[in-house]
Amino acid sequence: MRPPSPSIPEKEFVYEALKQSLRLDGRQPLELRSPRLTYGSELGYVECALGKTRVIANVDAKMVKPLPERPFEGLLTIHSEISPMASSEYELGRPSEEEITITRMLDKVLRRSDAIDKESLCILAGQRVWHLRLTLHFLSDAGNMLDCACLAGIVALKHFRRPEVEVIGDEVTVHSPSERAPVPLAIHHTPFCLTFAFFPDETTQPVLDPTLLEQRLSAGLMSVALNAQRELCVVQKMGGVPLVADGVLSVINIAVTKVKELDALVEDSLREDWKGRHVEVR
Amino acid sequence: MSSRIEILNEGGFRSDGRRQYELRDITIDMSQQGTADGSAIITHGLTQVLVSVFGPREAKMRSQTLYDRANINVEVSIASFSTGERRKRSRGDKRILEMAATIKSTFEPVVQTNLYPRSQIDIFVQVLQQDGGLLQACINATMLALASAGISLLDFVSAVTGGVHSTSPMLDLTALEENDIPHVTVAVMPRTGKVTLITMETRLHVDRFEEIFKLACEAGKVIHGEMRAAIRLRTGMLISAMQSVSQNAGEKEDEQMYEY
Repeated sequence: MRPPSPSIPEKEFVYEALKQSLRLDGRQPLELRSPRLTYGSELGYVECALGKTRVIANVDAKMVKPLPERPFEGLLTIHSEISPMASSEYELGRPSEEEITITRMLDKVLRRSDAIDKESLCILAGQRVWHLRLTLHFLSDAGNMLDCACLAGIVALKHFRRPEVEVIGDEVTVHSPSERAPVPLAIHHTPFCLTFAFFPDETTQPVLDPTLLEQRLSAGLMSVALNAQRELCVVQKMGGVPLVADGVLSVINIAVTKVKELDALVEDSLREDWKGRHVEVR
Repeated sequence: MSSRIEILNEGGFRSDGRRQYELRDITIDMSQQGTADGSAIITHGLTQVLVSVFGPREAKMRSQTLYDRANINVEVSIASFSTGERRKRSRGDKRILEMAATIKSTFEPVVQTNLYPRSQIDIFVQVLQQDGGLLQACINATMLALASAGISLLDFVSAVTGGVHSTSPMLDLTALEENDIPHVTVAVMPRTGKVTLITMETRLHVDRFEEIFKLACEAGKVIHGEMRAAIRLRTGMLISAMQSVSQNAGEKEDEQMYEY
């Protein structure tokens, strides 16, 4: 069931406020809701919250036979069905247009950008590889679920450690975590996704990380995924309000600076969490 | 396999003999297809897309009618014979659904939907052959089909792909090049110079992106020229056909007059 669209006074109020660079939650137009990352007791379990938007990401690994056409590569699959738990807008079994965009974007940002070194997941060529499963649970939708999910996903992958394996000839031994310290995944780079909302009035500045109301009133979204090394992974602006070319480039430049801050924040939080953990090393 | 093919050789030629900024040849056929209100076939090199537009007409489902504007409905189907390796894709394929959503949201701000309240415009995209630049061909063909259906538009939309091979940008990539190098698809509105669609799915440095993005915006204007010429030619032909018909009719009337 789709909730009723915002009323006309509400709409006009938001537009008028945005014209004066004011947002309902008191943020600057280009300010991100600061992400809160909570780690579970298991490695690879992360809960990410942007304001009231909340997503849980969980990574698990198992051994499988590799695909015959790629015998040296491990697998990474992303499960991201949006349940009605997030918002009554979503229905089970029938993906909405928004859900398709989120799923496809997650696939592009986390899988196709080659963030994870797939060859390092190979144990025995053609016979045994690691299959990573990233499951995302969308708990509540208060706008910009895509960025929250991407952040949760990449942090979970960085947080996860797989058991160490030893290969002697054709024999594979998996060491339990109590025996040998589990090893982190080989990660090439960490892409982060940032979403900007544009409004019908051309003089209104775009806003970063839109809330649900802003997202619904916006005339178009543009998502940029990039890493702290200034490499763009995905740029996606699907229709919506047309922009001048310089506007697009300035948005990308803003994203570059924001991603550096985000990267530092994530690294800090991971380090903090790691300090509190006791992983036995012999 | 693809790593053995030289994307850009020392002489500055690409694998299919084009220069860096050279576009593939474009052929446009806007003749009537069945009962469609507007239709177009566009060919960019070996990529061929057929689009038929039906409407504006009454929406089949009442739930889809919008009281103040028309509803645009896009369906994409990819022929299983369109690639070298025969491959059947189901209609529920996420990639196809995403492409349909992209085309829809590209044209929503361009079509003057507020002129057709409570109606529906159906756009059926049929991919006949693919060799890179699929989205570009789909958008251009949709643009032409909408124009030939006589639907009011605010501006043209023309799309083009661009890519970067190490540091040299190039335009209008083939499937072979798309597999190898990072690429961007950009749709521009040539009259205002604004951009309605940008998609990029591969890793690329920000500075490189800026370069190729600006280049693609320029190339969009060239494609716009081609599309406009095709529309003018078609309209000219229709007008002259209508005039000759009315003249014939006039002569017949005269003859009838003499008979009486």
